[in-house]
Amino acid sequence: MDAIPEGCADISPSTLLICEQCDTVHRRRSLARGEVAQCARCGAVLERHHGMRIDTLLALVLAALVVFVQATLWPIVTLGLNGQQVAATLWDVIRMMWLDHSQVVAVIAAGTLYVFPLAKILSLGWLLLYARSGRRAPGFRRLMVAMHHLGPWTMSEVFVLGALVSIVKAHLYFDVIPNPGIYFYAALMFLITLFAGVDLARLWDETREDEA
Amino acid sequence: MSTLPRAAELGLIGCHVCGQVCRFAGGDGDGLACPRCGSALHRRKPASYARTWALLIAAFLMYIPANVLPIMRTASLGDVDDNTILSGVVELWVKGSPSLAVIVFCASIVVPMLKFLALGTLLVSCRRGSGWARRQRAQLYRLVELIGYWSMLDVFVVALLTALVRFGLFSLVEPLPGVVFFGLTVVLTMFASMCFDPRLIWDGQDDSDD
Ligand SMILES: [Zn+2]
Ligand SMILES: [Zn+2]
Repeated sequence: MDAIPEGCADISPSTLLICEQCDTVHRRRSLARGEVAQCARCGAVLERHHGMRIDTLLALVLAALVVFVQATLWPIVTLGLNGQQVAATLWDVIRMMWLDHSQVVAVIAAGTLYVFPLAKILSLGWLLLYARSGRRAPGFRRLMVAMHHLGPWTMSEVFVLGALVSIVKAHLYFDVIPNPGIYFYAALMFLITLFAGVDLARLWDETREDEA
Repeated sequence: MSTLPRAAELGLIGCHVCGQVCRFAGGDGDGLACPRCGSALHRRKPASYARTWALLIAAFLMYIPANVLPIMRTASLGDVDDNTILSGVVELWVKGSPSLAVIVFCASIVVPMLKFLALGTLLVSCRRGSGWARRQRAQLYRLVELIGYWSMLDVFVVALLTALVRFGLFSLVEPLPGVVFFGLTVVLTMFASMCFDPRLIWDGQDDSDD
Protein backbone atom coordinates (compact mmCIF):
# COMPACT_ATOMS: atom_id res chain seq x y z
CA MET A 1 0.00 0.00 0.00
CA ASP A 2 1.37 3.42 -0.93
CA ALA A 3 1.94 6.14 1.53
CA ILE A 4 0.38 9.52 0.88
CA PRO A 5 2.85 11.83 -0.80
CA GLU A 6 3.50 15.18 0.74
CA GLY A 7 1.21 18.10 0.13
CA CYS A 8 -1.83 16.20 -1.10
CA ALA A 9 -4.56 18.08 0.67
CA ASP A 10 -7.31 17.46 -1.84
CA ILE A 11 -7.74 13.72 -1.37
CA SER A 12 -11.19 12.65 -0.26
CA PRO A 13 -11.40 10.54 2.92
CA SER A 14 -13.08 7.61 1.13
CA THR A 15 -9.92 6.88 -0.85
CA LEU A 16 -7.87 6.68 2.33
CA LEU A 17 -7.22 4.02 4.91
CA ILE A 18 -5.93 4.70 8.40
CA CYS A 19 -3.93 1.91 10.04
CA GLU A 20 -5.77 0.77 13.17
CA GLN A 21 -2.54 0.05 14.95
CA CYS A 22 -0.41 3.13 14.32
CA ASP A 23 -2.61 5.82 12.73
CA THR A 24 -0.60 6.02 9.51
CA VAL A 25 -2.63 7.23 6.55
CA HIS A 26 -2.47 5.17 3.36
CA ARG A 27 -4.00 5.56 -0.04
CA ARG A 28 -6.43 2.82 -0.87
CA ARG A 29 -5.76 0.72 -3.93
CA SER A 30 -7.53 -2.25 -5.44
CA LEU A 31 -6.07 -5.57 -4.45
CA ALA A 32 -5.45 -8.61 -6.60
CA ARG A 33 -6.86 -11.97 -5.63
CA GLY A 34 -5.43 -13.18 -2.33
CA GLU A 35 -3.43 -10.00 -1.86
CA VAL A 36 -3.09 -8.42 1.56
CA ALA A 37 -2.33 -4.75 2.08
CA GLN A 38 0.06 -4.13 4.94
CA CYS A 39 0.89 -0.97 6.81
CA ALA A 40 4.21 0.47 5.65
CA ARG A 41 5.02 1.69 9.14
CA CYS A 42 4.01 -1.08 11.54
CA GLY A 43 3.25 -4.06 9.31
CA ALA A 44 -0.36 -4.52 10.46
CA VAL A 45 -2.89 -5.83 7.94
CA LEU A 46 -4.81 -2.91 6.44
CA GLU A 47 -7.13 -4.67 4.06
CA ARG A 48 -7.52 -8.06 2.43
CA HIS A 49 -8.80 -8.95 -0.97
CA HIS A 50 -12.44 -9.95 -0.67
CA GLY A 51 -11.92 -13.56 -1.62
CA MET A 52 -15.47 -14.51 -0.72
CA ARG A 53 -18.61 -13.15 -2.25
CA ILE A 54 -21.48 -12.12 -0.01
CA ASP A 55 -23.48 -15.18 -1.08
CA THR A 56 -20.63 -17.51 -0.18
CA LEU A 57 -20.31 -15.85 3.19
CA LEU A 58 -24.03 -16.18 3.81
CA ALA A 59 -23.87 -19.88 2.97
CA LEU A 60 -21.01 -20.29 5.44
CA VAL A 61 -22.96 -18.51 8.15
CA LEU A 62 -25.99 -20.72 7.57
CA ALA A 63 -23.76 -23.79 7.73
CA ALA A 64 -22.34 -22.49 11.00
CA LEU A 65 -25.86 -22.04 12.38
CA VAL A 66 -26.81 -25.61 11.52
CA VAL A 67 -23.60 -26.93 13.06
CA PHE A 68 -24.10 -24.80 16.16
CA VAL A 69 -27.60 -26.19 16.71
CA GLN A 70 -26.29 -29.73 16.26
CA ALA A 71 -23.39 -29.08 18.62
CA THR A 72 -25.77 -27.97 21.35
CA LEU A 73 -28.31 -30.77 20.84
CA TRP A 74 -25.92 -33.71 20.85
CA PRO A 75 -24.17 -34.87 23.98
CA ILE A 76 -20.50 -33.92 23.98
CA VAL A 77 -19.21 -36.90 25.98
CA THR A 78 -20.38 -40.09 27.63
CA LEU A 79 -18.92 -41.07 30.97
CA GLY A 80 -18.84 -44.59 32.23
CA LEU A 81 -18.00 -45.86 35.70
CA ASN A 82 -18.88 -49.21 37.22
CA GLY A 83 -21.21 -50.00 34.35
CA GLN A 84 -23.15 -46.74 34.66
CA GLN A 85 -23.21 -44.47 31.62
CA VAL A 86 -24.05 -40.80 31.53
CA ALA A 87 -24.15 -38.60 28.46
CA ALA A 88 -24.19 -34.83 28.80
CA THR A 89 -24.84 -31.99 26.39
CA LEU A 90 -23.02 -28.72 26.78
CA TRP A 91 -26.11 -27.09 28.20
CA ASP A 92 -26.38 -29.80 30.89
CA VAL A 93 -22.75 -29.18 31.73
CA ILE A 94 -23.23 -25.42 32.12
CA ARG A 95 -26.40 -25.89 34.20
CA MET A 96 -24.54 -28.31 36.42
CA MET A 97 -21.74 -25.79 36.97
CA TRP A 98 -24.32 -23.20 37.96
CA LEU A 99 -25.98 -25.51 40.48
CA ASP A 100 -22.61 -26.65 41.71
CA HIS A 101 -21.67 -23.25 43.14
CA SER A 102 -19.27 -22.37 40.35
CA GLN A 103 -21.50 -19.62 39.00
CA VAL A 104 -18.59 -17.45 37.88
CA VAL A 105 -17.23 -20.20 35.66
CA ALA A 106 -20.75 -21.06 34.48
CA VAL A 107 -21.36 -17.48 33.36
CA ILE A 108 -18.00 -17.26 31.59
CA ALA A 109 -18.61 -20.58 29.85
CA ALA A 110 -22.20 -19.75 28.86
CA GLY A 111 -21.15 -16.35 27.51
CA THR A 112 -18.16 -17.49 25.49
CA LEU A 113 -19.64 -20.76 24.22
CA TYR A 114 -23.32 -19.99 23.76
CA VAL A 115 -24.30 -16.38 23.84
CA PHE A 116 -21.41 -14.78 21.95
CA PRO A 117 -21.05 -17.30 19.12
CA LEU A 118 -24.82 -17.48 18.64
CA ALA A 119 -25.15 -13.69 18.70
CA LYS A 120 -22.32 -13.46 16.18
CA ILE A 121 -23.77 -16.05 13.82
CA LEU A 122 -27.29 -14.59 13.96
CA SER A 123 -26.30 -10.98 13.50
CA LEU A 124 -23.87 -11.83 10.71
CA GLY A 125 -26.61 -13.79 8.93
CA TRP A 126 -29.05 -10.92 9.33
CA LEU A 127 -26.59 -8.35 7.96
CA LEU A 128 -25.55 -10.53 5.02
CA LEU A 129 -29.13 -11.33 4.08
CA TYR A 130 -29.67 -7.66 3.32
CA ALA A 131 -26.15 -7.01 2.07
CA ARG A 132 -26.74 -9.44 -0.82
CA SER A 133 -28.81 -6.75 -2.50
CA GLY A 134 -26.53 -3.96 -1.32
CA ARG A 135 -28.89 -2.82 1.41
CA ARG A 136 -28.35 -2.22 5.10
CA ALA A 137 -30.42 -4.35 7.42
CA PRO A 138 -32.51 -2.66 10.13
CA GLY A 139 -30.19 -2.08 13.06
CA PHE A 140 -27.12 -2.28 10.77
CA ARG A 141 -25.13 0.37 12.63
CA ARG A 142 -25.77 -1.02 16.06
CA LEU A 143 -25.06 -4.61 15.04
CA MET A 144 -21.79 -3.72 13.31
CA VAL A 145 -20.62 -1.84 16.41
CA ALA A 146 -21.74 -4.66 18.73
CA MET A 147 -19.92 -7.26 16.64
CA HIS A 148 -16.76 -5.20 16.76
CA HIS A 149 -16.85 -5.30 20.56
CA LEU A 150 -17.94 -8.95 20.75
CA GLY A 151 -15.09 -10.18 18.59
CA PRO A 152 -12.50 -11.24 21.19
CA TRP A 153 -15.03 -13.01 23.39
CA THR A 154 -15.94 -15.95 21.19
CA MET A 155 -13.80 -18.87 22.25
CA SER A 156 -15.19 -21.99 20.63
CA GLU A 157 -11.74 -23.08 19.49
CA VAL A 158 -10.31 -22.86 23.00
CA PHE A 159 -13.26 -24.84 24.26
CA VAL A 160 -12.68 -27.67 21.78
CA LEU A 161 -9.06 -27.96 22.88
CA GLY A 162 -10.22 -27.82 26.51
CA ALA A 163 -12.65 -30.64 25.88
CA LEU A 164 -9.84 -32.71 24.39
CA VAL A 165 -7.66 -32.15 27.46
CA SER A 166 -10.60 -32.96 29.77
CA ILE A 167 -11.25 -36.22 27.98
CA VAL A 168 -7.62 -37.28 28.33
CA LYS A 169 -7.60 -36.28 32.01
CA ALA A 170 -10.93 -37.92 32.78
CA HIS A 171 -9.62 -41.06 31.18
CA LEU A 172 -7.39 -41.48 34.21
CA TYR A 173 -10.43 -42.11 36.36
CA PHE A 174 -13.13 -43.62 34.21
CA ASP A 175 -14.22 -44.42 30.69
CA VAL A 176 -14.91 -41.43 28.54
CA ILE A 177 -16.31 -41.60 25.06
CA PRO A 178 -16.41 -38.48 22.91
CA ASN A 179 -19.88 -37.96 21.40
CA PRO A 180 -20.96 -36.25 18.18
CA GLY A 181 -21.46 -32.93 19.98
CA ILE A 182 -17.73 -32.47 20.33
CA TYR A 183 -17.15 -33.12 16.62
CA PHE A 184 -19.81 -30.56 15.76
CA TYR A 185 -17.97 -28.14 18.00
CA ALA A 186 -14.76 -28.90 16.17
CA ALA A 187 -16.52 -28.19 12.86
CA LEU A 188 -17.94 -24.98 14.30
CA MET A 189 -14.48 -23.93 15.36
CA PHE A 190 -13.27 -24.41 11.81
CA LEU A 191 -16.16 -22.38 10.36
CA ILE A 192 -15.74 -19.59 12.89
CA THR A 193 -12.03 -19.35 12.11
CA LEU A 194 -12.94 -19.12 8.43
CA PHE A 195 -15.09 -16.08 8.82
CA ALA A 196 -13.01 -14.55 11.55
CA GLY A 197 -10.52 -13.87 8.77
CA VAL A 198 -13.16 -12.00 6.80
CA ASP A 199 -12.91 -8.27 7.01
CA LEU A 200 -16.42 -7.22 7.96
CA ALA A 201 -15.64 -3.54 7.53
CA ARG A 202 -16.29 -4.13 3.82
CA LEU A 203 -20.01 -4.21 4.57
CA TRP A 204 -19.82 -0.50 5.34
CA ASP A 205 -18.57 0.14 1.81
CA GLU A 206 -20.68 -2.39 -0.02
CA THR A 207 -24.07 -1.41 1.33
CA ARG A 208 -26.17 1.72 1.15
CA GLU A 209 -28.79 3.06 3.52
CA ASP A 210 -32.35 2.42 2.30
CA GLU A 211 -33.90 5.38 0.57
CA ALA A 212 -37.25 5.00 2.33
CA MET B 1 6.08 15.98 7.60
CA SER B 2 7.47 12.48 7.24
CA THR B 3 6.87 10.28 4.21
CA LEU B 4 4.42 8.22 6.21
CA PRO B 5 1.98 10.80 7.53
CA ARG B 6 -0.08 10.05 10.59
CA ALA B 7 -3.77 10.90 10.74
CA ALA B 8 -3.27 13.91 13.00
CA GLU B 9 -0.75 15.51 10.60
CA LEU B 10 -3.27 15.44 7.76
CA GLY B 11 -6.13 16.71 9.87
CA LEU B 12 -7.83 13.32 9.76
CA ILE B 13 -9.13 11.02 12.42
CA GLY B 14 -9.94 7.35 11.95
CA CYS B 15 -12.89 5.73 13.71
CA HIS B 16 -11.57 2.98 16.00
CA VAL B 17 -14.68 0.89 15.45
CA CYS B 18 -15.56 1.04 11.75
CA GLY B 19 -12.42 2.55 10.23
CA GLN B 20 -14.21 5.55 8.70
CA VAL B 21 -11.78 8.33 7.84
CA CYS B 22 -13.10 11.68 9.05
CA ARG B 23 -11.77 15.17 8.45
CA PHE B 24 -11.00 16.77 11.74
CA ALA B 25 -8.41 19.43 12.28
CA GLY B 26 -7.59 20.23 15.89
CA GLY B 27 -7.76 18.70 19.31
CA ASP B 28 -8.34 15.15 20.47
CA GLY B 29 -11.74 14.71 18.89
CA ASP B 30 -13.32 14.16 22.28
CA GLY B 31 -17.07 14.44 22.28
CA LEU B 32 -17.41 13.84 18.55
CA ALA B 33 -19.23 10.85 17.12
CA CYS B 34 -18.34 8.91 13.98
CA PRO B 35 -20.73 9.97 11.19
CA ARG B 36 -20.93 6.38 9.92
CA CYS B 37 -21.28 4.14 13.00
CA GLY B 38 -22.03 6.61 15.77
CA SER B 39 -19.16 5.52 18.03
CA ALA B 40 -17.22 8.18 19.91
CA LEU B 41 -14.14 9.36 17.99
CA HIS B 42 -10.77 9.43 19.71
CA ARG B 43 -7.26 10.02 18.51
CA ARG B 44 -6.09 7.55 21.15
CA LYS B 45 -8.03 5.19 23.35
CA PRO B 46 -9.12 7.18 26.43
CA ALA B 47 -6.93 6.95 29.54
CA SER B 48 -5.00 4.11 27.94
CA TYR B 49 -2.05 4.09 30.36
CA ALA B 50 -4.09 4.36 33.54
CA ARG B 51 -6.66 1.75 32.55
CA THR B 52 -4.15 -0.73 31.18
CA TRP B 53 -1.94 -0.41 34.27
CA ALA B 54 -4.90 -0.78 36.62
CA LEU B 55 -6.22 -3.88 34.86
CA LEU B 56 -2.78 -5.40 34.50
CA ILE B 57 -2.00 -4.96 38.19
CA ALA B 58 -5.39 -6.34 39.17
CA ALA B 59 -4.79 -9.32 36.87
CA PHE B 60 -1.38 -9.91 38.41
CA LEU B 61 -2.85 -9.82 41.93
CA MET B 62 -5.35 -12.47 40.85
CA TYR B 63 -2.61 -14.49 39.19
CA ILE B 64 -0.80 -15.13 42.47
CA PRO B 65 -3.64 -17.02 44.23
CA ALA B 66 -4.48 -18.61 40.88
CA ASN B 67 -1.10 -20.33 40.93
CA VAL B 68 -0.69 -20.92 44.64
CA LEU B 69 -4.18 -22.22 45.39
CA PRO B 70 -5.25 -25.58 44.02
CA ILE B 71 -7.67 -25.37 41.12
CA MET B 72 -9.12 -28.85 41.20
CA ARG B 73 -9.60 -31.76 43.61
CA THR B 74 -9.76 -35.29 42.31
CA ALA B 75 -10.66 -38.27 44.44
CA SER B 76 -10.31 -41.85 43.35
CA LEU B 77 -10.28 -44.98 45.48
CA GLY B 78 -9.89 -43.02 48.68
CA ASP B 79 -7.01 -40.91 47.36
CA VAL B 80 -7.73 -37.20 47.56
CA ASP B 81 -5.54 -35.17 45.29
CA ASP B 82 -5.51 -31.36 45.05
CA ASN B 83 -3.93 -29.99 41.92
CA THR B 84 -2.58 -26.54 41.22
CA ILE B 85 -2.16 -25.38 37.64
CA LEU B 86 1.45 -26.53 37.59
CA SER B 87 0.89 -29.89 39.26
CA GLY B 88 -2.01 -30.49 36.86
CA VAL B 89 0.41 -30.03 33.98
CA VAL B 90 2.85 -32.46 35.59
CA GLU B 91 0.08 -35.00 36.14
CA LEU B 92 -0.96 -34.75 32.52
CA TRP B 93 2.66 -35.21 31.46
CA VAL B 94 3.25 -38.26 33.62
CA LYS B 95 -0.03 -40.09 33.29
CA GLY B 96 -1.64 -38.85 30.16
CA SER B 97 -0.11 -37.24 27.18
CA PRO B 98 3.03 -35.09 27.15
CA SER B 99 1.94 -33.14 24.07
CA LEU B 100 -1.27 -31.97 25.74
CA ALA B 101 0.74 -31.14 28.87
CA VAL B 102 2.91 -28.84 26.78
CA ILE B 103 -0.19 -27.16 25.33
CA VAL B 104 -1.73 -26.63 28.77
CA PHE B 105 1.60 -25.36 30.11
CA CYS B 106 1.83 -22.81 27.31
CA ALA B 107 -1.78 -21.68 27.68
CA SER B 108 -1.80 -21.41 31.48
CA ILE B 109 1.74 -20.40 32.38
CA VAL B 110 3.63 -19.08 29.35
CA VAL B 111 0.83 -17.02 27.78
CA PRO B 112 -0.18 -15.13 30.96
CA MET B 113 3.46 -14.46 31.85
CA LEU B 114 4.13 -13.28 28.30
CA LYS B 115 1.13 -10.97 28.55
CA PHE B 116 2.30 -9.43 31.82
CA LEU B 117 5.82 -8.92 30.48
CA ALA B 118 4.72 -7.70 27.06
CA LEU B 119 2.10 -5.22 28.25
CA GLY B 120 4.40 -4.01 31.06
CA THR B 121 7.23 -3.45 28.58
CA LEU B 122 4.91 -1.68 26.14
CA LEU B 123 3.49 0.58 28.85
CA VAL B 124 6.90 1.60 30.19
CA SER B 125 8.56 2.09 26.80
CA CYS B 126 5.63 4.05 25.36
CA ARG B 127 5.41 6.29 28.39
CA ARG B 128 9.06 7.19 27.85
CA GLY B 129 8.41 7.87 24.18
CA SER B 130 11.11 5.37 23.34
CA GLY B 131 11.96 4.82 19.68
CA TRP B 132 13.50 1.43 20.42
CA ALA B 133 12.35 -1.52 18.29
CA ARG B 134 9.03 0.07 17.40
CA ARG B 135 8.10 -2.41 14.73
CA GLN B 136 8.94 -5.35 16.97
CA ARG B 137 6.89 -3.88 19.79
CA ALA B 138 3.96 -3.43 17.43
CA GLN B 139 4.30 -7.10 16.46
CA LEU B 140 4.50 -8.06 20.13
CA TYR B 141 1.20 -6.31 20.78
CA ARG B 142 -0.46 -8.11 17.87
CA LEU B 143 0.87 -11.41 19.21
CA VAL B 144 -0.60 -10.68 22.65
CA GLU B 145 -3.98 -9.90 21.07
CA LEU B 146 -3.84 -13.08 19.00
CA ILE B 147 -2.93 -15.63 21.67
CA GLY B 148 -4.24 -14.01 24.84
CA TYR B 149 -7.57 -15.76 25.06
CA TRP B 150 -6.06 -19.25 24.75
CA SER B 151 -5.27 -18.98 28.45
CA MET B 152 -8.91 -19.76 29.06
CA LEU B 153 -8.03 -23.38 28.31
CA ASP B 154 -7.51 -24.52 31.91
CA VAL B 155 -10.72 -22.87 33.08
CA PHE B 156 -12.66 -24.85 30.49
CA VAL B 157 -10.87 -28.05 31.45
CA VAL B 158 -11.71 -27.72 35.15
CA ALA B 159 -15.26 -26.61 34.41
CA LEU B 160 -15.88 -29.46 31.97
CA LEU B 161 -14.34 -32.11 34.17
CA THR B 162 -16.19 -31.11 37.32
CA ALA B 163 -19.49 -30.64 35.60
CA LEU B 164 -19.24 -33.88 33.65
CA VAL B 165 -18.29 -35.86 36.67
CA ARG B 166 -20.88 -34.21 38.89
CA PHE B 167 -23.37 -35.23 36.33
CA GLY B 168 -22.89 -38.84 37.05
CA LEU B 169 -23.13 -38.15 40.79
CA PHE B 170 -19.68 -39.65 41.19
CA SER B 171 -18.44 -36.58 43.01
CA LEU B 172 -14.87 -37.39 42.13
CA VAL B 173 -13.77 -34.02 40.84
CA GLU B 174 -14.33 -30.67 42.54
CA PRO B 175 -13.34 -27.18 41.47
CA LEU B 176 -11.30 -25.25 44.02
CA PRO B 177 -11.01 -21.45 44.38
CA GLY B 178 -7.80 -21.23 42.35
CA VAL B 179 -9.71 -21.69 39.12
CA VAL B 180 -11.94 -18.68 39.78
CA PHE B 181 -8.85 -16.53 40.35
CA PHE B 182 -7.35 -17.88 37.17
CA GLY B 183 -10.49 -17.16 35.16
CA LEU B 184 -10.47 -13.60 36.49
CA THR B 185 -6.78 -13.26 35.57
CA VAL B 186 -7.51 -14.18 31.97
CA VAL B 187 -10.52 -11.88 31.67
CA LEU B 188 -8.65 -8.97 33.27
CA THR B 189 -5.59 -9.41 31.02
CA MET B 190 -7.90 -9.48 27.99
CA PHE B 191 -9.43 -6.18 29.10
CA ALA B 192 -5.95 -4.80 29.77
CA SER B 193 -4.72 -5.55 26.26
CA MET B 194 -7.92 -4.07 24.81
CA CYS B 195 -7.36 -0.85 26.76
CA PHE B 196 -3.80 -0.49 25.53
CA ASP B 197 -3.51 1.68 22.46
CA PRO B 198 -0.81 0.42 20.04
CA ARG B 199 -0.76 3.86 18.40
CA LEU B 200 1.13 5.04 21.47
CA ILE B 201 4.11 2.95 20.33
CA TRP B 202 4.58 5.35 17.44
CA ASP B 203 3.92 8.56 19.33
CA GLY B 204 6.58 10.63 21.00
CA GLN B 205 9.74 11.68 19.21
CA ASP B 206 10.00 11.71 15.47
CA ASP B 207 10.73 8.23 14.18
CA SER B 208 13.88 8.51 12.15
CA ASP B 209 14.66 4.81 12.59
CA ASP B 210 12.89 3.68 9.43
ZN1 LIG C 1 0.29 0.67 10.95
ZN1 LIG D 1 -17.20 4.62 13.00
